[in-house]
Amino acid sequence: MSKIEIKNVYKIFGNSPAEVLPMVKSGANKEEVLEKTGHTVGLDNVSLSIEEGETFVCMGLSGSGKSTLIRHLNRLIDPTDGDIIVDGSNIMELDEQQLIDFRKHELSMVFQRFGLFPHKTVIENIGYGLEIQGKELEERKKLAMIQIESVGLQGFENQYPSQLSGGMQQRVGLARALATNPQILLMDEAFSALDPLIRSDMQNQLIELQAKLKKTIVFITHDLDESLRLGDHIGILNGGRLVQAGTPEEIIMSPADDYVEAFVKDVNRAKVLRAKTVMIKANEFNSNDIKLADVYKVDEGSYIEQFLPKVLADRCTVMVVDKMGDTKGYITEKELAISLSKDGYNLK
Amino acid sequence: MNKIANLYIKVASIVIFVGLIVATHFLIIPKNVLFLFLKLVFLIPSVALVVNLVNIIPKNIFYLSSKIIGFVGLLALIVVSYLSSKRKPDNVNELYTDFTWLINWPKWLDTPFMHWINKGWRSFIADYGLIFDAIGYGLLRGYTELKGVIVQAPWPVVIIGVIAITYFTSGRKVGTTAFVGFCTFFIGFLNPRFWDKAIETTTMVVIGIAICIIIGIPIGIAMARSEKVRNAILPILDTMQVIPAFCYLIPGIILFGLGAIPAIISIFIYACPPLIRLTDLGIRLVDKEVIEAARSFGASKKQMLLGVQLPLALPNIMQGINQCTMMALAMVVIASMIGTRGLGDEVLLGLQQLNVGAALEAGLAIVLLAIVLDRMTQAYGDKIQERTQPGKNKK
Repeated sequence: MSKIEIKNVYKIFGNSPAEVLPMVKSGANKEEVLEKTGHTVGLDNVSLSIEEGETFVCMGLSGSGKSTLIRHLNRLIDPTDGDIIVDGSNIMELDEQQLIDFRKHELSMVFQRFGLFPHKTVIENIGYGLEIQGKELEERKKLAMIQIESVGLQGFENQYPSQLSGGMQQRVGLARALATNPQILLMDEAFSALDPLIRSDMQNQLIELQAKLKKTIVFITHDLDESLRLGDHIGILNGGRLVQAGTPEEIIMSPADDYVEAFVKDVNRAKVLRAKTVMIKANEFNSNDIKLADVYKVDEGSYIEQFLPKVLADRCTVMVVDKMGDTKGYITEKELAISLSKDGYNLK
Repeated sequence: MNKIANLYIKVASIVIFVGLIVATHFLIIPKNVLFLFLKLVFLIPSVALVVNLVNIIPKNIFYLSSKIIGFVGLLALIVVSYLSSKRKPDNVNELYTDFTWLINWPKWLDTPFMHWINKGWRSFIADYGLIFDAIGYGLLRGYTELKGVIVQAPWPVVIIGVIAITYFTSGRKVGTTAFVGFCTFFIGFLNPRFWDKAIETTTMVVIGIAICIIIGIPIGIAMARSEKVRNAILPILDTMQVIPAFCYLIPGIILFGLGAIPAIISIFIYACPPLIRLTDLGIRLVDKEVIEAARSFGASKKQMLLGVQLPLALPNIMQGINQCTMMALAMVVIASMIGTRGLGDEVLLGLQQLNVGAALEAGLAIVLLAIVLDRMTQAYGDKIQERTQPGKNKK
């Protein structure tokens, strides 16, 4: 069963959302609703499921409803209609106290502009979730120090957030979110306010942490490269509607509509596509087609950019193997050409 | 399901409160202070509950019915004022035949508010005068005791006390401390008579501010938390700020007698609104993302208020207390017109004797006192700001 399931969620902002709901349900789009009723559609029939331990990236331009969506998961915003199921229990049915307990223990959130408490030191900030849980000062300090070390902020624990750089502040935000050891981590454009080098640093740090911790992460971003880098699955939102959800390869190889296509147009495909996505399966492949001299074995999980230089230099055919060493398929120059060109699918 | 249960609870509690009010009014009534006080106390939750009940009514029905009720009420008011007017035409029919009343404002189109207020005021005094006696007595005791202690202390000790307080509240800033000490010294130096009077004035201001803080800050917090409370309180604050001081100075005398107590009450009416507003503003200005962060970690309302909102609003609240102090000082001077002693008294005396020098000298003493109080509260505010938002204040 999925860790998080969002079922037919609608969110309408305005004075009387319940009255506008039928109109949205009957298929009116965002602009029509705004023009006719003055209500803004935040989410329009969004359903998706997120598996345990994966990083789900929710992507879209500003105003597409992605930040609204992530706030539904801990009910900072309540949906107009629909159900949100976390760990098999419907969080829409929680009363106030249960909701507070749910937020205390099950999930925590990282914010775009960090959301740190300016009047608390770094260590107090990181221990905030524990403080709310009612942990003693000593234990709080101990747990917070562990997190400070894991994000590499030793020596800064008694500084105030305003004395730190943006990257360091967001590490505090990340450490604060991890300190309560939640199952689910919500990251709302967590790295968008950082400059590119630090952002890439933070992405690496997150990937490293995730490899160890195996949390369920819901990550919001407007940056496609970031989403391809971090995401096990990606959902693309446009105007409050979920346009497409799938693995990075699916999004790139078969965009669902023009909007997604425009999004993925400028992506460096060699960096994103994996051998197993572009290969021809072994049983469909006529080995007589191997015109080139050598055969080069690569793992099915490796990216094109990892073996492309080798292919170009040695003029070899790629044999894709799995972890056991069994042959799964082949990649010739033709497949490479198809997968790397933007309108590659038309060549087939 | 929950909502219906809530509704029952609210209706039941309203019935209980109304019952209590009726009981205290008609049945029990030994006119003793405790019962009167209970009655006043019950009024507040009853009003809150009525407001809550009104909120349960669906919005569109509420707007429609409020329009109808407002219109009918206005009509009724016009009819009542016509009937109760002594200068109405002899016959109603004259209104249809003689239209001169459309040109000049007719004498009969006059709400009898004055009579109502006077009547209400008289019965209010008769019923509740005891409470004000009690409040007045308590305040007077506090005022006299505090004043007595400071007045009897040797003046160098008082100056040293002021310097010591400023030194610690300002975070050991030598410049501010020296300046405040100098100003304090100069108040007495201007005219030895001013020393005791300045102490009287300061005592009134301090007690007034204490009341403002005790009542004002919780109201400010309530306003920041609820749109409805804010909408209800804002017009009251507007009234308090705009209404001329003499309108409540005189009733103050009737309720509390001459002297320091009506001055303290006037200080509250005059100086509390900015504190309430700045508390409300300060809390609402706290960064939305910080609030969201606290909520996302499961902070309860109380944890949010005490741990996040109040500390971050503190610079604004301190600014409010500072404003409160300055306005309190201004009010104490006006209050000298109703026989309050203190520095304002000296100004009044100088003016009455056309002694410009004396009036100006006393005015200067007031300015010095203002500077002392301002620097002390301001310095404390700055210190708090540095602690809660370090780096923001750096030059």
